Amino acid sequence: MAGLELLSDQGYRLDGRKATELRKVQARMGVFAQADGSAYLEQGNTKALAVVYGPHEMRGSRSRTLHDRAVINCQYSMATFSTAERKRRPHGDRKSTEMSLHLKQTFEAAVMTQLYPRSQIDIYVKILQSDGGNYSVCVNAATLAVIDAGIPMRDYVCACTVGFVDETPLADLCYAEESGGVSSLALALLPRGGQIALLQMDARLHQDHLETLIEAAMTACKGVSKVLDQVVRQHLEEVSMLTGE
Amino acid sequence: MLKSKTFVKKTRSGGVMKIVREHYLRDDIWCGSEACTECKQESTELLKDACIESNLCSFPHYLVPDTNVVLHQIDVLEDPVIRNVIILQTVLQEVRHRSAPVYKRLKDIIHEKEKHFYTFTNEHHRDTFIEREPGETANDRNDRAIRVAAKWYSQHLKKFEADTDGLCVVLLTNDQGNKQKAEESGLLVYRFEEYIKSLIANPELVDRLALSNNDKNEITSSKVLFPEHLPLSRIQSGIKSGSFLQGTFRASRDNYLEATVFVQGEGEDSTEVLIQGLQNLNRAVHQDVVAVQLLPRNQWVAPSSVVLQDEGAAKDDAVEEGEEEKALKISAAEAARKPTGKVVGVIKRNWRPFCGMLNISQIKESTRHLFTPADRRIPRIRIETRQASTLAGQRIMVAIDGWPKSSRYPNGHFVRSLGGAGEKDTEQEVLLLEHDVPHQAFSQAVLSFLPKMPWAITPEDMAKREDLRHLTVCSVDPPGCTDIDDALHCRELENGNLEVGVHIADVTHFIRPGNALDKEAANRGTTVYLCGKRIDMVPELLSSNLCSLRSNVERLAFSCIWEMNQKAEILKTRFTKSVINSKASLTYAEAQMRIDDVTKNDETTKSLRGLNKLAKILKRGRIEKGALTLSSLEVRFHIDSETHDPIDLQTKELMETNSMVEEFMLLANISVAQKIYDEFPECAMLRKHPAPPPSNYDILLKAAKSKDVEIHTDSAKALADSLDVAKVDGFPYFNTLLRILATRCMMQAVYFCSGMDSDFHHYGLASPIYTHFTSPIRRSADIIVHRLLAVAIGADSTYPDLMDKHKQSALSNNLNYRHKMSQYGQTQAVGSQQQPQLQT
Repeated sequence: MAGLELLSDQGYRLDGRKATELRKVQARMGVFAQADGSAYLEQGNTKALAVVYGPHEMRGSRSRTLHDRAVINCQYSMATFSTAERKRRPHGDRKSTEMSLHLKQTFEAAVMTQLYPRSQIDIYVKILQSDGGNYSVCVNAATLAVIDAGIPMRDYVCACTVGFVDETPLADLCYAEESGGVSSLALALLPRGGQIALLQMDARLHQDHLETLIEAAMTACKGVSKVLDQVVRQHLEEVSMLTGE
Repeated sequence: MLKSKTFVKKTRSGGVMKIVREHYLRDDIWCGSEACTECKQESTELLKDACIESNLCSFPHYLVPDTNVVLHQIDVLEDPVIRNVIILQTVLQEVRHRSAPVYKRLKDIIHEKEKHFYTFTNEHHRDTFIEREPGETANDRNDRAIRVAAKWYSQHLKKFEADTDGLCVVLLTNDQGNKQKAEESGLLVYRFEEYIKSLIANPELVDRLALSNNDKNEITSSKVLFPEHLPLSRIQSGIKSGSFLQGTFRASRDNYLEATVFVQGEGEDSTEVLIQGLQNLNRAVHQDVVAVQLLPRNQWVAPSSVVLQDEGAAKDDAVEEGEEEKALKISAAEAARKPTGKVVGVIKRNWRPFCGMLNISQIKESTRHLFTPADRRIPRIRIETRQASTLAGQRIMVAIDGWPKSSRYPNGHFVRSLGGAGEKDTEQEVLLLEHDVPHQAFSQAVLSFLPKMPWAITPEDMAKREDLRHLTVCSVDPPGCTDIDDALHCRELENGNLEVGVHIADVTHFIRPGNALDKEAANRGTTVYLCGKRIDMVPELLSSNLCSLRSNVERLAFSCIWEMNQKAEILKTRFTKSVINSKASLTYAEAQMRIDDVTKNDETTKSLRGLNKLAKILKRGRIEKGALTLSSLEVRFHIDSETHDPIDLQTKELMETNSMVEEFMLLANISVAQKIYDEFPECAMLRKHPAPPPSNYDILLKAAKSKDVEIHTDSAKALADSLDVAKVDGFPYFNTLLRILATRCMMQAVYFCSGMDSDFHHYGLASPIYTHFTSPIRRSADIIVHRLLAVAIGADSTYPDLMDKHKQSALSNNLNYRHKMSQYGQTQAVGSQQQPQLQT
């Protein structure tokens, strides 16, 4: 019989999660010394590394300088070994440019850029292993890196993908689910205010279902934010212990 | 707890890929037993006192079948006696993988509350998940997983032993190795046959056991009758290299030694391969997908014109077969030879349970009997039963288990009895089953979506609809019709034009998209009329009451209103949801009498006369355009009002009013089709009738030629004209006969989704576009069309599936299938009723 059963009658997904459950999230902050901020985040089998430089003076073309706020420069890339099939991924292909742009938009909404006029903040994200939800994992990793760099943000930006199967929204899709013909939606949220930083969906979905799907995505994002908050607090404790304060 | 599953997979291009998937193990999967006090489950499926009386286990027990048991013995598992069964996820997944129909049946059982089947998600349970060991095959791992899960259950249940009098689990498997290993680990394990035979109260279940491989030796002699089927790999390479052809096997109705294999080629290019003789047929059964090899050209034969029926019982195994085959060969004329071949292998069996009768073996004590299916294209089936004497004279259902090469007939097992042969209910059941007509009573889930009685039109409904209660609307239908879905009106406007309205029952007001009621209606597709019985598409409350446009009650309708001039040219078309109050429900005859009766001059009669006049003009116009009037012999039964037995039959006579109603229904359908196509060019549900290929007309031309009459078939118009003049003196019935033949030449009209096709033409009606709008109570296509139209005029909201052309197309395929089956069923029902009538 063709296809995988994405949601069983008992309500379990392919990997044994229930519809609303997230994958296991593990993260570390401050993984590199040279960078101003860095973080490593795993969400299930999707693993990402984020590094932040800045804010610093404009580099490269000075014409892009903004007089009232900082410029955010994002770069997204995938390791050659990140997918099942090893594939060379040159910089600046369409997919990664698009992803970079989405990340840029997301963080422009979250970082308080007006505090640093005429300067630039660089965010580099690399996917080390890909198993679905690349965008959201990048956003979550980059949030931690930005916090690690000490750049003020309005709130954590948390992102999550949700899919829609059998009239049920599934939170945090893995690769098998994403490629199983599910219409998926990615949402980046500032959880405290409930503001949406980015909403992306390029599959077909009926309008009637959109609301439930966004609702589910928001709940999932709030779940992610709880985990990230814990990570940050734990990191702070460790650092303060080390510095002896 | 987290585990990762790693496996390698070969890609399509031949590379090897390593796939890593997460696999979460949970501690919140409960056992589903009522007896358990440890699991925090909200509802339980498995009963505490799970008792099936059995010689082997005298204590309450749950059954855990393994995959092969489920796959082969689903008939037994479906029996209401078998309850409290644990279906492991491993088993469920394997079944899903191996057989879609069995999977569907298994899921149906699980959903049935009274069966107490529980699905245990053992693959994600932290205590029952196991990893595949190096060197272990996938099958062995699954068997082990089943044993581990069964073991877990028995230990889990042991904790509550005190208050359950020894409740335990019983593993059922037919695999010898598996059984042994399970016994070693201390599990209670039985072979399925062993267990079923031990059931005290239900000996009849034994008959339903499918024969497993071990038993087959007993039933067959050692003589090999058929050539071996080739293995799948060789068939595939043969098809690739072109030495074999793949096609659907279609047995001949009239000759059991003959069949054709329909080979679907590229596009229109499909061929038929003739197959003759038992050896060449090689155990293929009607509708199987088979591989055939063409014979050398000098062995090609022509289809025989001999009618041969398998007289099985006399010569149980092929002895005198040779002579019959010889008779067959002689009859083959040299000229009409066709490509002939032999079946070399079966790619996919398409067996279903068959209805039919049991031929009791002449040996009194024998438990093996032959079964003759009602469908003549299906071979006889040998079954083993001990209740032959009770089953004699009953219609029964039998499933095929296999067809060994040493057996003349396939082996099967008894599924269930339908009732006494010759009884009307039983025969109807057989008809319905053989034509795959869903005819069970509506389920509670479906009925729960019906409106609550007493029902009345609410002010909100009123506000959204046009009030047409003041119009003189009336309905004209055949006598005894209770599901009235159309009504008409006609009145003169001040400017001298005429306003004509067709009012159709607003079924979509009651059947909302996506709920159980809607799904059921879409699945049933159409109401099926058998003699004296109607298999409703929607529950009776809707079909005969709330949606039926009966006289003198207020009903919701969907109206199509035209303004026409006296020459029946349409000036304006308007669609609206409305409320009507029909003034009269007439039969065709009553309506005709009113029109003819010059003394009557009431509103209704005037309206009818107006309609009749317009209809005549419309019909003339249509026929000029080339619409066909074909004839099919329709008969009506007079049913005794008390015994419900048919007492008389007569051919249906057509009156002017018949064609009057028909004319306006056609007009409404065409107008609606145009409207929804304009609005939704991608997803309108339309109906087309393709022009038949010229070769279809052969029989018609041949028949006409025999009386020296010429028939032109270049276009519909030419055909219609030449049919009109085709008359033979002294043979008044000839013209009707020709028209009946012409009907046979036609293609089937089909529903389709406008986004998936480009040819919309309706040949028979000579209309460029057509759909079905006027009978939503008895056709499900009309419901979709109603919804589309409602969205188009802004009267209702849309929903996702309505706009999805693939779903729409899948739905129309189902409707076409149901429609075709119901028509076959109806014709056969009429036929089977006629028989006794003609005999007397």
